[in-house]
Amino acid sequence: MLPRLIKRQAPSRAMVYLTPVLALLLTLISSIFLFWIMGVSPLAALHAFFIEPISSLYGITELAVKATPLILIGVALSLGFRAGVWNIGAEGQLILGGIFGGATALFFYEKTGFYIIPLILIMGVLGGMLWSGIVAFLKTRFNANEILTSLMLSYVAGLLLNLMVHGPLRDPDGMNFPESRLFSDSAILPILYEGTRLHLGAMIALLAVGIGWIILSRTLLGYQIKVMGDAPAAGEYAGFSQSKIIWITLLISGGVAGLAGAIEVSGPIGQLLPTISPGYGFTAIIVAYIGRLHPLGVLFAALLLALTYLGGETAQMKLSLPVAVTGVFQGLLLFFLLASDVLIQYRIRFGKQVVMT
Amino acid sequence: MEILIAAILTIITAATPLLFAALGEMVTEKSGVLNLGVEGMMVMGAVIGFIVVNATGSATLAVIASMLAGAIMAALFAVLVLLFHASQVPTGLALTIFGIGLSALVGQSMIGVAYDGIPKISIPLLASIPIIGDILFHQDALVYLSIIMVFAVMWFMNKTRAGLVVRAVGDSHDAAHALGYSVNKIRFLAILFGGAMSGIGGAYLSLAYSPLWVEEMTAGRGWIALALVVFASWRVSRVLLGAYLFGGITILQLHAQALGIGIPSQIMSMLPYLATILVLLIISRDRSKIKLNAPASLGKPFHVSR
Amino acid sequence: MTQSSPYLLELTGMCKAFPGVIAADEVDLKIRAGEVHALLGENGAGKSTLVKMIYGILEPDDGEIRFNGKVVTIKSPAHARELGIAMVFQHFSLFDSLTVVENISLGMDSGSDLKALAAQITDVSQRYGLPLDPHRHVYTLSVGERQRIEIIRCLLQNPKLLIMDEPTSVLTPQEVQKLFVTLKRLSQEGLAILYISHKLDEIKALCHDATILRLGKKIATVSVENETTASLAAMMMGEELKAFTHADKVNNGAVRLEARNLNVKATDPLGISLKKINLEVHAGEVVGIAGVAGNGQDELLTALNGENISQIADSILIAAMPVGKLGPNQRRKLGLASVPEKRLGHGAMPDMSLVENAFLTAYERLGFIKNGLINFRKTKAYAKNVIDDYAVKTPSSDVPAMSLSGGNLQKFIIGRELKQNPGILIVSQPTWGVDAGAAQTIREAIRAMAANGAAVLVISQDLDELMEITDRIGAICGGELSKFYPVDNITIEKIGLLMAGVTDAEDMDKKSAA
Repeated sequence: MLPRLIKRQAPSRAMVYLTPVLALLLTLISSIFLFWIMGVSPLAALHAFFIEPISSLYGITELAVKATPLILIGVALSLGFRAGVWNIGAEGQLILGGIFGGATALFFYEKTGFYIIPLILIMGVLGGMLWSGIVAFLKTRFNANEILTSLMLSYVAGLLLNLMVHGPLRDPDGMNFPESRLFSDSAILPILYEGTRLHLGAMIALLAVGIGWIILSRTLLGYQIKVMGDAPAAGEYAGFSQSKIIWITLLISGGVAGLAGAIEVSGPIGQLLPTISPGYGFTAIIVAYIGRLHPLGVLFAALLLALTYLGGETAQMKLSLPVAVTGVFQGLLLFFLLASDVLIQYRIRFGKQVVMT
Repeated sequence: MEILIAAILTIITAATPLLFAALGEMVTEKSGVLNLGVEGMMVMGAVIGFIVVNATGSATLAVIASMLAGAIMAALFAVLVLLFHASQVPTGLALTIFGIGLSALVGQSMIGVAYDGIPKISIPLLASIPIIGDILFHQDALVYLSIIMVFAVMWFMNKTRAGLVVRAVGDSHDAAHALGYSVNKIRFLAILFGGAMSGIGGAYLSLAYSPLWVEEMTAGRGWIALALVVFASWRVSRVLLGAYLFGGITILQLHAQALGIGIPSQIMSMLPYLATILVLLIISRDRSKIKLNAPASLGKPFHVSR
Repeated sequence: MTQSSPYLLELTGMCKAFPGVIAADEVDLKIRAGEVHALLGENGAGKSTLVKMIYGILEPDDGEIRFNGKVVTIKSPAHARELGIAMVFQHFSLFDSLTVVENISLGMDSGSDLKALAAQITDVSQRYGLPLDPHRHVYTLSVGERQRIEIIRCLLQNPKLLIMDEPTSVLTPQEVQKLFVTLKRLSQEGLAILYISHKLDEIKALCHDATILRLGKKIATVSVENETTASLAAMMMGEELKAFTHADKVNNGAVRLEARNLNVKATDPLGISLKKINLEVHAGEVVGIAGVAGNGQDELLTALNGENISQIADSILIAAMPVGKLGPNQRRKLGLASVPEKRLGHGAMPDMSLVENAFLTAYERLGFIKNGLINFRKTKAYAKNVIDDYAVKTPSSDVPAMSLSGGNLQKFIIGRELKQNPGILIVSQPTWGVDAGAAQTIREAIRAMAANGAAVLVISQDLDELMEITDRIGAICGGELSKFYPVDNITIEKIGLLMAGVTDAEDMDKKSAA
């Protein structure tokens, strides 16, 4: 009496919006079970995870701070994913952007001026583009799988950052700690709301959502991306250049990830450290999927996943829950989404089949 | 001479986890399924193996447990991909993310715990041969097992009917289905095998290579194993060669400092990743070769059409 | 012909219904051992459904099957094989990367001794004139050779009844003759053959009796020698065959599309390289290229339409202008439109809507982009035009392309191209898999294009279609083109020789005399 899956006549549009909600519900139910096994009151844990972090104004601004890089990278990745270009190394591109942006900030350490911050951000974009450009080159010229190359470069980027803060970019007055100087005021992103950490980057992120939406739904580039993702041969037939789309989507996602990295170091962090991201580049992949590869969906998904970061920190403080729970939570969310997506193409029917074998 | 022997021994220990994982993934891919979750399955194998060996003192139980851990993770992937028709690429990524997160959670209490490493086994008589004896016949059980598995997989894929069926499914799942073979069942078993092997590969890291537990201790080896399968053009003998080549690169990293080469350690640590990129572009550029050797249905979703 | 009296297979009152269609409606069928029995009917008549019930793939809703006098319920293909029923499908189930013997071993129900099997294969293949080397990899074999694998696989199981589903759609006329020799020999040895086809000439040449189906019903069972192709066709179609009037060719316009010494290397290791292609299509004429699938048709189309750019600019000329180095959209600007063989995945995107599919090739010519943004209103209006003019059955233009039936999708794609009024049209397999009514619409539209002055090139496996709608015809074989001949001066047999690679006129006359 196992339930059967019957293919639908046409994909269900209702399910496209419902499955993320279903996935969230299933994740919540599993996490209740998980907390129970860990000997923590599920109610207290859920409260610490989801309610507490945003129960104050400061909490909400923290949510925006954490969501900013996720929104940026999520929107950019969803363009590439739609084309079938799998940039899994956004974390590395973020790091390169942070290195380039941070180095710029340190270069102008003694100077002041309005040009410094835009310069930092532009350098961040360039750093990210450099890193993803390598991936594009390897793919178009050598047919090398971009999943593997972008990932390998991610590991290299982490080591590069480590090298930088231990060596060339280390604070000379810092007692040999692997950190750079704290950036001067003209290299720090302006705060939007007194008393919080909410910075200019959040506005940039919202702008990215709008730009991403327009590109995807109304421009020829967006159309070419969708065609390449659905039927590459049709794209050839229409005269679209696959390698051009590969380059464009990788440069965009790399550049935006680099931008996010520069924003992080000149915003919330304010210096260069051995680690400048708790895995935003990877979480952004989940954000892109939960957001259905659509800029508006990405916005909501980013807020949700930013909440899991905050929640993990809160739960650690209040209930001594290990921070690793966040990672499990995020992984489960993606799993449940992928499973629930079956409902878009298929219906579930219980009981014996009436038609033929 | 001592240095040479030490170097060769390092190659062997560095190659073994890659060899296990790559062999397993190769079988999975031969059946037409691309499982990007190798990193997640390996790291779960590492943490579970370490926990079990500390709890029971038995390395054998630890290895079995790590196999089960890898297989269970793989089963998760299999259910999603085969039953729920989920796309293989994001599901594999989800498995990796989940595996890394879960292992970090489960391994919390194991950080800092010490373990001596699994004992080496000497093959009597042969181990007394000067030089070669030390290298070839005085290894831990898992190294021997990895070599046995190479031959076992080669025999299975090329000489048995079951192996022929697996290859057929990977060539054309539609044709296999039309002939009456249960594509999903065969793929499920191939995926489980890949998971079990990745689990052992991960366990080798925490039980022998550097006997301890650290979060994300696989450090990308699962991804390197995936690249190895491409490098090997899906042939067993080349998987063996590839794994040992990578072992070779690792010694540069570990022994260069001992030899006084003044390159910063971070750059030396980059070598395996850069080498992987190099290997990928050399192999991938020959598109016809890839097309001829890659299982034709690799990564493609299987829909039963009535 | 001697026939033993009891029937080997007797079907009585077979019924099978699917949602919305009755595929089999009280069908009767009787075959004797040693008989070659034709199952005749148009696309959609119910032939496939009937044989699937005999082979155990489908369960009948009602009816009785008697095999060797006993009532049987055939539960599965394996069960059918046990009883002695074998089937060669239209689409082969073969594994390209494996050898012939490995393929046959996988298709049989037992045994893993490949050496013994290879010996058996060689034996059977020699005995029945189906030459095949057991150790070759399938991807190196031609379509005709691949069919032999399927046939030998069946014969090795010593069947009593062999079902063949449209076996000749992928063969040259000469290969068809060779197959018939084999089949006649087998039937003389006592094998019963159920031969599904809609090709009347073949049925006249090969079969003893024929059962004609139309819309799921059995129309008649006749003895083939008492019928003519015309009478068989009448029973099959149920109406007078409309005589297709060949519109007079607009008197030779200028050469609009030309290929000069075009050479294209195969990009795929399993693909075909084009060699020394020389081709001229005048305005106002329809040129046809015949050929069995897999001889370079797709490579020719992508070379001509710009998907595969040439190194030499004047290897391809449009209105005497060298365009070899130009891409698809630049050639579109010069008036070229093309319809590829593969619909979903190449001519159309399966998951995108008909509106989005309409945009694909029309946006530049018809101006669907304004200020860098897509004008969806204009695109949707165009899509609606296409749907209305070509009677595409669809609830709306917002549905994904893959929800359309094959025939309707093809009508949409062809309509999308034709309504852009191209000066050059290249179509590959225009009516393959399309029902008779839609096929008629498409053929008429193609002729109308030429009548209005366009240069049209049709690549097709369907010789009857080519004879019907083209003015000049040639063939492609192994990536090389034959000479072209006016369609009034050529016979099907001669085209068959061209399809088999005989390009010299002298050779051709010698061969037809032989």
